Amino acid sequence: MTLINYIVTSLLGFIKGLGNSGIFLFQSLFRLPVRPKEAMRLYVRQVYSVGVMSLIIIVVSGAFIGMVLALQGFSILTSYGSETAVGQLLALTLLRELAPVVTGLLFAGRAGSALTAEIGLMKTTEQLSSYEMMGIDPLRRVIAPRLLAGITCMPILSIIFAAVGIWAGMLVSVEWLGVYSGSFWGSMQQAVQFDRDVINGLIKALVFAVAVVWIAVYQGYECQPTSEGIGRATTRTVVLSSLAILALDFLLTAAMFGDF
Amino acid sequence: MKDKRSSLLVGAFMLFGIAAFVYLAMQVSGLAFDDKSDGYTITARFDDIGGLTDRAKVTIAGVTVGQVDSIEYDQEYYMAKVDMTIYADVDNIPTDSSIAILTSGLIGEKYLGISIGAEEEVLQEGDEIFDTQSALVLENLIGQFLFSQGEE
Repeated sequence: MTLINYIVTSLLGFIKGLGNSGIFLFQSLFRLPVRPKEAMRLYVRQVYSVGVMSLIIIVVSGAFIGMVLALQGFSILTSYGSETAVGQLLALTLLRELAPVVTGLLFAGRAGSALTAEIGLMKTTEQLSSYEMMGIDPLRRVIAPRLLAGITCMPILSIIFAAVGIWAGMLVSVEWLGVYSGSFWGSMQQAVQFDRDVINGLIKALVFAVAVVWIAVYQGYECQPTSEGIGRATTRTVVLSSLAILALDFLLTAAMFGDF
Repeated sequence: MKDKRSSLLVGAFMLFGIAAFVYLAMQVSGLAFDDKSDGYTITARFDDIGGLTDRAKVTIAGVTVGQVDSIEYDQEYYMAKVDMTIYADVDNIPTDSSIAILTSGLIGEKYLGISIGAEEEVLQEGDEIFDTQSALVLENLIGQFLFSQGEE
């Protein structure tokens, strides 16, 4: 009896949390700061802290992942005598899967956790309630710029990740391992279709961005206003958004590439 | 002062993103805007195209001289009709040349190879190559082998 009770209450709690966060997302997205100039200033500052500050980790990991892919792909493909297909392998894996997913995971760790901690600390030190007391809507002033900045930055970071990865993989396979550069680019250009691969990867990145930023901001806004609560909310942000990215990735892949 | 610097970095970040996007579009997916204009279209009909796909390359002596535009089923002849674009500067392919579906490497992609004929006249826009050689299908090959073994 208690088990059923427990399941029902936790299920209801889950649905309630989902509803709350949905209302929260809706409210913050449609309440931009009133004056456009002020809104722009807040937005640019968030793009700086969410996007520009994540650039280094994205570029470095993109380069290393591209290099590893080229090395592994070359060592397997060369035993079939078709090492020129390494360009195709590199571009398709990066564009379709690795760029959006790895960027999403890194973004959740680098920017999502920072967002949760920042907003959680604002709540704990009662900055959010003082905004409210001054008649400023914290959703409008604090949450909305962060949401928008995160949603716009992650696709850009994902594109940069893919471009850097392909470039680094080209360095390894063409310059170092001696794959003929004409066939490298040729096999890549023949396999990659702009709308199917580049645009679909971009759509994936956009969906992951919404998921990560939404979870991060909501966890920060709803955290318990104690130092322990902030820590727990930050952990939950990283765990939940990583799981959300991996699950969404499967669904999106099935929808985009599932029909053969 | 600090605000100005961060604006500058944000602008640079966005530009970097756009540059990466253009790179992906042009270099990686080979999206070229003047692709269609320079070149002429020729046709060939095959009994069996194997695994030939759109955008497969067309080669002469192993050098790429064009690409496949479309592949469709020709109901009249019960054959596969392949349209391909040949680059404009390759304008001296004799009309009696033959074309074959080849495979690069063991698991590589299928492509078309043109063997040059002896005719004086050259292929023009809309012409057809009649001497075609279908893809090598492994099952047929094994079947022929078994058949010839049985005869001995």
